[in-house]
Amino acid sequence: MNQGLVISDLTIEYGAIRAIHDISFEVKPNELVAVIGANGAGKSTLLRALSGMIASASGGATWNGQSILKTKPEELVRRGIVHLAEGKSVIPELTVAENLALGGLRRRDKSDVATAISESLELFPILASRLEQRADSLSGGERQMLAIGRALVSRPKLLLLDEPSLGLAPLIIDQIFNALNHLRTHLGLSILLVEQNALSALKIADRGLVLNLGALVKNGLAAELLGDADLRDSYMGF
Amino acid sequence: MIFIDTLLLGISSGAIYSLMALALVLVWRSTRIVNFAQASQAVLSTYIGYEITMRSHNYWVSLPLAILFGAILGSLIDFLFMRYLAKRAKSGPIAEIAPVIATLGLLGLLQSIIGLIWGNSFLQYPTPLSGKGFTFGSHTIPFSPQNLFIVLATAIVLLVFGGIFRFTDLGLALRAASFQPEIAQLAGIRVARIRNIGWAFAGAAGAVAGAVITPTSVLSPNSLDLLLVSGFIAAVMGGLDSLVGAVIGGLVLGVGFSFILQYVGSSVTFLAGFFILVIVLLIRPRGFFGHQVGRHA
Ligand SMILES: Nc1ncnc2c1ncn2[C@@H]1O[C@H](COP(=O)(O)OP(=O)(O)OP(=O)(O)O)[C@@H](O)[C@H]1O
Ligand SMILES: [Mg+2]
Repeated sequence: MNQGLVISDLTIEYGAIRAIHDISFEVKPNELVAVIGANGAGKSTLLRALSGMIASASGGATWNGQSILKTKPEELVRRGIVHLAEGKSVIPELTVAENLALGGLRRRDKSDVATAISESLELFPILASRLEQRADSLSGGERQMLAIGRALVSRPKLLLLDEPSLGLAPLIIDQIFNALNHLRTHLGLSILLVEQNALSALKIADRGLVLNLGALVKNGLAAELLGDADLRDSYMGF
Repeated sequence: MIFIDTLLLGISSGAIYSLMALALVLVWRSTRIVNFAQASQAVLSTYIGYEITMRSHNYWVSLPLAILFGAILGSLIDFLFMRYLAKRAKSGPIAEIAPVIATLGLLGLLQSIIGLIWGNSFLQYPTPLSGKGFTFGSHTIPFSPQNLFIVLATAIVLLVFGGIFRFTDLGLALRAASFQPEIAQLAGIRVARIRNIGWAFAGAAGAVAGAVITPTSVLSPNSLDLLLVSGFIAAVMGGLDSLVGAVIGGLVLGVGFSFILQYVGSSVTFLAGFFILVIVLLIRPRGFFGHQVGRHA
């Protein structure tokens, strides 16, 4: 049985700047956890450390019982952890088909890569009609779909998503969040979802974490957080 | 007749520029670095080929070995120098300039090493192919079996590497790693290794250029320097990103030179290269193929 993501006393520093201090939490298999917090709270930093993009992290972080700190991103992808970075997660110069194929480059089972690509296209049918187009000709929403579709081609078990709703219209955000919900429910993925759009994120999340200036100030059920008046004031803007 | 001859002369020298341009484009496409050390890498590979020919008395044995050496040398340069530079100078203007300056330094370094080993005298690197033009009746055209070989070599390099970039997983990884290293890495691509392969490919292409061109002139530590300039101009005309563009750029330059030499005079040929470049860039700022069609070929 997959033991999920276990973070214990994690601290992340940029030189003298301590961006994350001493945080602990878990993401269980098949769980969707939302991370919310103001600009500069350390959300992206957290994801970057978990995907191997920042080496200067101390404390514990394990995925399925094995440490993931000080491990290269490409190795973590092989272990099922895929990180879609904030605002840039597709390669604009490549076509849609090529971007999807990227997810399968390191996989041996090429027939399953083909299956995974057609599953991604089923999930986001709009991409199927754009296969030969360059990714930079896509709309923001389509790009985000392509990014998620590409991630799925590598058959991930844990998705780290950094603000997938950034700059998108409400209707598109719903569509993407529905897709995430579907992935969690039907493919059993664990998802750590960083969002400014706290309301939408908490609606599909099982649990929510609130980061403030690098510290974890709240960790609770999404429904509880949605009902928390203080949080509503400070992060959800209504 | 003079017109045809001038054209043929232009094509044979143009193919030479094309080959060098191809090597430059290959590094550019896999690392986004303009590699000025390319000339010295190609020359060093050619000296290796020369030594092997002198011992084996067989050009056809030396050619693949020189290419292999070129690939290993390219890979070593990345492994010993460029990789560390990329790690240290990660962002900002320095990240773009430092590697290029470093390749200029390497150019000097490798040429000095070659000079120390082989001296600065001119050597002949013979091939079994004739350098005399084909004869039709009483007319000898300025296009020899050696020229034909150069044109074929250019076509093969173009097809092989164009095919790799366009149709293989490796090619996709190379393009992804050069366009967006960070996203490529997050997609699971071993960017450092892929770049290294790019350096090896470019080194191999440069070695082909050196080994097939040198028999038409002489071998010395600096013998490919001027070619580097022409190859660079050709590559820029082709959009720097396109293999097909590099070949067309080389041919346009070669034919342009040849006509200027024939109809204007030899005093302006060197300036003419820059003149042609400026005209092409004024008409098409991204080169013939920059970012429109040629990205894949
Ligand atoms: N490369 C870096 N070097 C130094 N400090 C950094 C670096 N990247 C981020 N920081 C700092 O770390 C802190 C957390 O930044 P981070 O990007 O993780 O915040 P965030 O929660 O993702 O913000 P946003 O909502 O704006 O994306 C900030 O104070 C930021 O200035
Ligand atoms: Mg962020």
